[in-house]
Parts: sequence; structure tokens; C-alpha cells
Amino acid sequence: MAYKFEKDLRYAKSHEWVRIEDDIAIVGISDAAQDLLSDVVFVELPEIGDEVTAGDAIAVVESVKAAEDVNAPVSGVVVEINRELEETPELVNDDPYGSWFFKIKPSSSLANELAKLLDADGYAEFVEENEH
Amino acid sequence: MQRTALYESHVELGGRMVPFAGWELPVQYPTGPLVEHKAVRTAAGVFDIDHMGQFSLTGPDADHFLQYVQVYDISQMQVWDAHYSLLCYEDGTLIDDIFLYRLPEGWMIAVNAGNRAKDWAWLQSHSHGYQIELTDISDETYMLAVQGPKAAAILQRMTDTNLEEVAARTGLRATVGGVEMLLGRTGYTGEDGFELYLPTAAVVNFWNDLLAAGKDDGLIPCGLAARDSLRFEACMPLYDHEIDAETNPYEARQGWTVSLEKPDFLGRNALLKAKLEDNHKILVGFEMIDRAVARDHYEIAVDGQVVGHVTTGMKSPTLDKFVGLGYVPPTHQKLGTEIDILIRGTAKRAKVVRRPFYKPRYKE
Repeated sequence: MAYKFEKDLRYAKSHEWVRIEDDIAIVGISDAAQDLLSDVVFVELPEIGDEVTAGDAIAVVESVKAAEDVNAPVSGVVVEINRELEETPELVNDDPYGSWFFKIKPSSSLANELAKLLDADGYAEFVEENEH
Repeated sequence: MQRTALYESHVELGGRMVPFAGWELPVQYPTGPLVEHKAVRTAAGVFDIDHMGQFSLTGPDADHFLQYVQVYDISQMQVWDAHYSLLCYEDGTLIDDIFLYRLPEGWMIAVNAGNRAKDWAWLQSHSHGYQIELTDISDETYMLAVQGPKAAAILQRMTDTNLEEVAARTGLRATVGGVEMLLGRTGYTGEDGFELYLPTAAVVNFWNDLLAAGKDDGLIPCGLAARDSLRFEACMPLYDHEIDAETNPYEARQGWTVSLEKPDFLGRNALLKAKLEDNHKILVGFEMIDRAVARDHYEIAVDGQVVGHVTTGMKSPTLDKFVGLGYVPPTHQKLGTEIDILIRGTAKRAKVVRRPFYKPRYKE
């Protein structure tokens, strides 16, 4: 399957991507994730102010058939949520790398946590291995 | 895991194969569940439903036997009539929902894939003393469903037999796409359409011919996800969801199939009693007031107490609303009653609404 993997992002094995911009972690789900889900019909976002730990399930993305957790890839505090996804959940399918779910102000563990995530090639390999 | 004769065809079309009732079937194709659902509502879709079972029933006692083992009064059925029915245990709870076709030579009974062995054993165990031939013809019978407002026109192009005149819930034998087959103007989607029963040996070519014949009308292959969302919108029950061995027909709102006037049939005493007494639970349709997706097995609560459960729930593709079906106590069945659906530990408010969510459009 020919998925898109954006080069400058870090990826979790649970299929979230993260990008750091002005010291804020911006998070969404990968092209592979949206394809596996198929048509997204509902997104449940965390609350602004929520303190989160890397690996916690803090949001939910639902397709016609199933509900899947979206995990925080890094620890910190939720500072922004993308309400547009609540209105138009299909954006997750149409533009997975342009549709961020939430933004986290990271804690001091950021460097360590980013190191534990995969780069684009590592994640692509992981997806490939787990497809069969 | 079993594979149907169309397995390779599905894979070639990009079908995502999943296990279902012991079979590998496409849950969707690259088009996705929403596009497939909408195709059936506006044009046409074809479903591989070969996993379902078919039994042939013939012999001098065929009518007597069938009248005894299922709940509907088949004495009203003419040759070529088809009707929905139920198999019940002696205590009135449900073994399966089935479809009956009265044919010139006897009967054909279509059964759910997951209940095929159970239904077979049940019918066999009650067949002693009847002069009948009961045969499991599932392996040599391939079942397809062609459903949607354009379904009849598409099939018409493939046959000289006039399909226009065929009424809903009747069957016929015809040669379609060069294949002799049984057709029923029946289905599980709430749309007009046909279910086809053809020889397994002919299906691969027929499938390709059908897709070609229907292409310009928008016919696409559809998977299990769309099949579920379509039947759900029309509030048609699915075994192990709305109906099961803990539920009787009245609770599941299927009492209309039960002909208590029949002198004797399996489950009659218990069903008579159930009809006269209050239900322990009753199936309702609900619509979410709080934004959330209710799914099967989620608990239903009122004033903090769990009182029931969701049997099927989703965002209805046609209505674009979050709706569901579930069991509640009879005290909470009135339209407008507010209930809570427990979703990931949080109570989300919903209200009881009218069923069906989507009114079927059959050719009456």
C-alpha cells in the first residue's frame, strides 16, 4: 500500500504524527491510520488545559465501524484543539497531515520523548512490517 | 476460515477482506463504507452474501413441517411468494431469522451464515415422522444481492424475462446473464432490489458481467460495512444484536411475523404467554442529543442505573445523525423519553425516537 509519510515529522507506533513549531507540539494521525480507519465520522477532542502524559489516550477518532484512541505522543498541557474536525471529521481522511487534532505545550521531557518516536523512514518500515 | 468463489475477484477490486461468521469477506472496497452505502440508496450496489445458507424442503409433508417449525402462517403463501419469518425455541426466544420462498417443487429457506449449523440441527431434530426431503444446498447455491433504485433496470438488461412485473416479496426463475437462477425481489437494505441464487460454478463470470452491465448506472460492489449501515437505517434486525436466544419476537418488535392463530408450532405456548404479559425489555430507536457515537454493547442508563444496552449504533449515513437501536425497560419506550448512553465512562444523553430511521422503498 502506497501511504504518504511526511519527512519532517516524528511518528508513534500508535500512528500519531507530531511536529514542533515555536516550542508547541502539533499532533495528528498519519495517512496509514486514516486509511485503516476508513471514513471518519466523529472526532472527540481533549479539553484545553488537560495535563497529559506521553502514551495516554486523550482523543478518539471514530469511523463507521470502530472507535480508535488517539494518544498524546509527548507529555505536557493541551493548549489548543481543532474544533474544525468536530464539524468536518472527513478532513482527517482528505488531509491527514494538514488536519491537526490538538496542540501540546511540552514538558521538560520533550527531547527524550521525541527520541523515542520514529522518523518517517522508521515509521514507514513499521507500517510495512505490520501490514502482513 | 472459508473463502467464497469470488474471493479473488474481491481482492482484485481492492476489497479489504475480514473474517465474518467463519468466512473471509470484503468489509469494504476502496470506495469506502459511506460511498457504498450512498450508492445503494441512490443507484445500485452488489453484495457477495454467499456465506448465507440455503435449505431445500420438499415432500408430501413439507407444508406441515414448515408450518410447525417456524412462526408465520405459510398457508396464505402462493407459489412464488416469499416471506420473512423466525425460528423460536420452546420458550419463545429466537434461534434465527429466516426467509421463506414457496417454489413449485416445495420450499427454499435462506438462513444466516452464523446460524446455519444451529438451524440445520434444529430442523433435523424436529423432522422425525414427517415425509420430507430436507437438504442443505448452501454449497452449490451462490447468493448475491443487487439492491438500489437502479437494480431492477440493470438486471433487466441481462434478461428477457420481464422483471418490472415482479412484485416485492415474490420470486421467479429466469435466465439472467446466460445463467439460470432463482431470484427474489427481497433484500436487507430497505431499497428495491433482488437477491439472486445461482450455481456457484457460474458466479465469477456472472459477477463480472453484472458489474459491466451496471457500470453506467453507478452500480458498485459493496461490503459488509455498508450492508450493516443500510439494514440498520431501515431498522432490520441482525442476529446477535437485536435478536438472540435471550429475546422473544415481541421484545424485538417482530411480533408481526408470529401467527398465533396457527394451531400448533414450536414456541407457540411461550409466545402466547409473552404476548399477553408485559415485556421485560423492548427495542427502541434513539437519537443522540449529546454529540457522540453509540455503539453495540454500550450500556443504557437512566438516573445513574444501567437499564439496558445498545444493540447497534452509528452515524446514519443517510440522515447524517448519530442514532442507535437498543433495549430499555417498557417504562422507557415512549417517544421523547430521555436516556443516557454510557460511552467510555461518560453518560451521553439521547432520546427515544420513531423507527425506522429510514422508510423502506419497496416496489409494492
